[in-house]
Amino acid sequence: MSKQTAAPPSRAGADEQSSTGVIDAPAEVDRKQLAREREEVKERQKDRFAGLNKEQLIGLYRQMLLIRRFEEKSAEAYVAGKIGGFCHLYIGQEAVAVGAISAIRQDDYVIASYREHGHALAKGMSARAIMAELFGKATGCSKGKGGSMHMFDKGLGFLGGHGIVGGQIPLATGAAFASMYQGTDQVTLCFFGEAAVNQGAFHESLNMAQLWKLPCIYICENNQYGMGTSLARAMSLRDIAQKGCAYEMASEFVDGMDVLAVREAVMRAVERGRKQSLPTLLEVRTYRFMGHSMSDPGNYRTRAEIEKYQERDPIKLFSASLIEEKVIDEKGLEAIDKQIREEVEDSFRFADESPLPDPEELYTDVYANPIEPSRKESRNRNQ
Amino acid sequence: MSTITIREALNQAIREELARDEKVFIMGEEVAAYDGAYKVTKGLLNEFGPKRVIDTPITELGFAGLGVGAAMVGLRPIVEFMTFNFSILATDQIINSAAKMLYMSGGQFKIPIVFRGPGGSAFQVSSQHSQALESWYTHFPGIKVVMPSTPADAKGLLKSAIRDDDPVIFIEQERMYGNKGEVPDDPDFTIPLGVADVKREGKDVTIVARSLMVPVALKAAEQLEQQGVSCEVIDPRTIRPLDIDTIVESVKKTNRVVVAEESHPLCGVNAEISMQIMERAFDYLDAPIKRVSGADVPMPYAKNLETLAIPDVARIVAAVREVAYLD
Amino acid sequence: MPKLSPTMEEGQISRWLKKEGDKVAMGEPLAEIDTDKATMEMQALANGVLRKIIVGEGQSAPLGEPIAIVGEADEDISSLLAEASAAAPAPAQQAPAQPEPPPPPAAAEQPAPLQAQAAAAGSAANGRQSAAAPAPAQSGRLIVSPLAARMAAESGLDLRSVQGSGPNGRIIKKDIEAALSQPKAAPQRYPRAVEPAQFQPAQIAAASAYRDEPATQIRQTIAKRLVTSLGPVPHFFLTTDIEMDRAAEMRKGINALDPDLKISINDIIIKVTAAALMQHPEVNASFQEKFVRYYEQADIGVAVAIEDGLITPVVRAANQKSLSQIAAEVRELAERARSKRLKPEEYTGATFSISNLGMFGIDEFTAVINPPEGAILAVGAMTPKPVVRDNEIVIRQIMRVTMSCDHRVIDGATGAKFLQTFKKILENPLYLVV
Repeated sequence: MSKQTAAPPSRAGADEQSSTGVIDAPAEVDRKQLAREREEVKERQKDRFAGLNKEQLIGLYRQMLLIRRFEEKSAEAYVAGKIGGFCHLYIGQEAVAVGAISAIRQDDYVIASYREHGHALAKGMSARAIMAELFGKATGCSKGKGGSMHMFDKGLGFLGGHGIVGGQIPLATGAAFASMYQGTDQVTLCFFGEAAVNQGAFHESLNMAQLWKLPCIYICENNQYGMGTSLARAMSLRDIAQKGCAYEMASEFVDGMDVLAVREAVMRAVERGRKQSLPTLLEVRTYRFMGHSMSDPGNYRTRAEIEKYQERDPIKLFSASLIEEKVIDEKGLEAIDKQIREEVEDSFRFADESPLPDPEELYTDVYANPIEPSRKESRNRNQ
Repeated sequence: MSTITIREALNQAIREELARDEKVFIMGEEVAAYDGAYKVTKGLLNEFGPKRVIDTPITELGFAGLGVGAAMVGLRPIVEFMTFNFSILATDQIINSAAKMLYMSGGQFKIPIVFRGPGGSAFQVSSQHSQALESWYTHFPGIKVVMPSTPADAKGLLKSAIRDDDPVIFIEQERMYGNKGEVPDDPDFTIPLGVADVKREGKDVTIVARSLMVPVALKAAEQLEQQGVSCEVIDPRTIRPLDIDTIVESVKKTNRVVVAEESHPLCGVNAEISMQIMERAFDYLDAPIKRVSGADVPMPYAKNLETLAIPDVARIVAAVREVAYLD
Repeated sequence: MPKLSPTMEEGQISRWLKKEGDKVAMGEPLAEIDTDKATMEMQALANGVLRKIIVGEGQSAPLGEPIAIVGEADEDISSLLAEASAAAPAPAQQAPAQPEPPPPPAAAEQPAPLQAQAAAAGSAANGRQSAAAPAPAQSGRLIVSPLAARMAAESGLDLRSVQGSGPNGRIIKKDIEAALSQPKAAPQRYPRAVEPAQFQPAQIAAASAYRDEPATQIRQTIAKRLVTSLGPVPHFFLTTDIEMDRAAEMRKGINALDPDLKISINDIIIKVTAAALMQHPEVNASFQEKFVRYYEQADIGVAVAIEDGLITPVVRAANQKSLSQIAAEVRELAERARSKRLKPEEYTGATFSISNLGMFGIDEFTAVINPPEGAILAVGAMTPKPVVRDNEIVIRQIMRVTMSCDHRVIDGATGAKFLQTFKKILENPLYLVV
């Protein structure tokens, strides 16, 4: 049942890689070839403009740019020592979160891995709350207790970033189960990297979701590296979309560098979820421009490979389409960029000036119903 | 008051809570069509239908995580492990997701879920099916751990666990399902979590025992009474949070303690209880605390070896006599 | 025979430095004793007369055996001599011995014999403690359950006197209860002159029994208050002698006029202090971190010893009150202080305090400032002393006072000038009426 509706040029990318993980990209980039490929992708993207108004299109661009600038600022803050621990950046993958989340309602659920700043922003969380969380401040979305990997917003249905590879997949399945159980038509978007596909949690979840008809949309963001291990070195069947077949689940392969392609694919999955209460597996091919985390030396891939994908930068691609379709001009784009930079600077200032959590917070939120050590009055059996 | 088994008491608790709250459902292996591997869920499918009583594939990590996810968005799942030995597969979801979700979300996502099932030794089911895992789960903040030893406790505590907004590990004892006792008929009968119960009053030695060791300790106390030693038997019932106050109160009175448990001794719950007694009642101890634990070996299959591995009345009697300076 | 080295078990009299019949004073060398380590001087532990030498030069005696009797010249020592001869059979000295407490457990600080330890270890290993003969509590380290240790401490019971019945001789609750239920042995009576023998070094070597009593509220307050003084407050001290003859005369005169007034020297000191403070307002001050506070009236705190501590009731505006008013007020305050009926405002907020230990025969002492006051005056006893006046030696009633000053508000010269005025008025109390 694997329906492959898109076939971008990098479709066979996985097979191009040798099993040793050494990329066989040419030492010298064939810029002419890359430019040709990019033109083709852009033409396909422009075909997808139909049905979207100016405001929606600019909104998508704005969201992607916000994530890009936010992550750039995060990197800066990390290097400056403002952010501790792990910090996994989303630069390069913006089209996936923005395209996918643009296809759902506010009351739908989103859950993601530890590379979730972008998804949190796309779900509507403020840059301030996320930056303050990165800074470990009391004003952060998780009161400074979660950090980079654990952004949450209950009101927005953002069920968090989760730190164990694949750990969020059963949770997403449970959220979808709750929608089914309660008879709502909510769907759940579950984002994870391609390395999570090798975890048992992925297979156990997909099996139950199809078995019980749960409206969960599994979005595998295939950025081709599980930390430093390329897909070729880690997965026997690298066509991830095909894995849906094992569970009779509808699946698609999507160009993750095209925000509109992602949006369209997710819209199809959402319809399947709402109308038929059925799950979908999407393999979204994307690429992260930065290391796995801020402490990644990046010695497992070549500069040429990174350049190849930067040529397909989803933001540059989309801005070019927008200009060519006369949705906006350069000046308009500059104004947006200026606005966003201000928003991000504001989040930085806010985070920097916010107070640290009160030391008393150490012991709060451990239990929803804490039991005091001394409860003599209730000691007697209630009978 | 009716006299029923622990199995029936648990069944009543689940049935009453399913009836009381639409958000409650139970899932697990063989809980529905099979009526439960240990018949705890007998008749529930009939009564509540397949939406509320759900047979799962054998996929412990998956359905434990699914339960946590459902709890994140407002349901109150009861997840049955056919035995707690299989919960080992699900520990990532119990420990990394359920226990920490409230904290790492800054208080936003509570996880009202009960993981329940039989634990401890059974009858000759050997190493992988006879394990007392409470000390594992007790280690983690964010989880509550409950171990009932009587039908009334089983019912009252399970109902409280289902109504509680935190993840609760509820370990029943496989050998004790058939134990009978009086249980109040009141459908609103509950027992608060975190409160120990004095199962027998005494003045010379305190025996702290839980789960399977409670009836064993009570038998030992009877024998000791005839030998002139008066034992107080305390059942913490909830292991986390531990009602150390009740234990310490008793120790202040008796000055001598035996801690009995079915699980392995190293880093066990008894080690923790002993430490807390030392911290809070050192000056009241007249003898070193004596620990009676399961043998520090995987559970053997052979009947005679299995018997040797589980603490019995004689071992508790000997321990009490030792701390009472009688031998 | 006193214990003069840690490992000494017996000693030999090398030389007596006093003869029978000689007067001896406490601390005076009495004899030279050869121990296992060296020849040590033994000092007298009491005042009196060396009545009898029991162990002669060149002879030895084990620790704790009587070696001589020190008593009063006319004291009857015949019963002591009889008892001593009974107690000390071995040296067969016919001379009577001095009744001393039973020989101390010499081995108290020594490790238990290896054999006993081995037996103990063996019994622990086979888990049958009853098999081991309970080691006497006195040998080796005391083994005691936490509960028994606490019970003993609370009841003042010396654990070394208790026989442990638990494994390896562990003293347990039961043993303490048994020990406490026995009537306390009546303390042995000693003739007064030889009482100090109780404190012979051999005795002192063993750790003393003690009792803990909860610190009373007032004791805790005193402790808290005073460490906020001597530590953080930089004290310095000024001492001067004051001729009190005229003040004493004045007191006598006033009391002769009206015996009911019962003016004391201390009342006069309060009045004079207040007068001097009025002339030196820079002393009637307190340091308040960011500023210095100068008081307009002299509120004088008077330290009063009470049953479980001390308290300083305040005589307000002593500069405005007459001697008789001050006397009556001090008397009344002191009485209520002793019966603990003072209100807080009556013992707080003095501007200057006086502590007088003259009645205890103390000549001179220093007092600890009661913060935030700037100074306190420590008053010693008034005693007749020879002094030189006009090149002649005459006897005068001299009282020595020491003022403790907070250097943060009062400098040396400032304090000295105040004390000079104080001395001038007190030596010529007519200034009070001028």
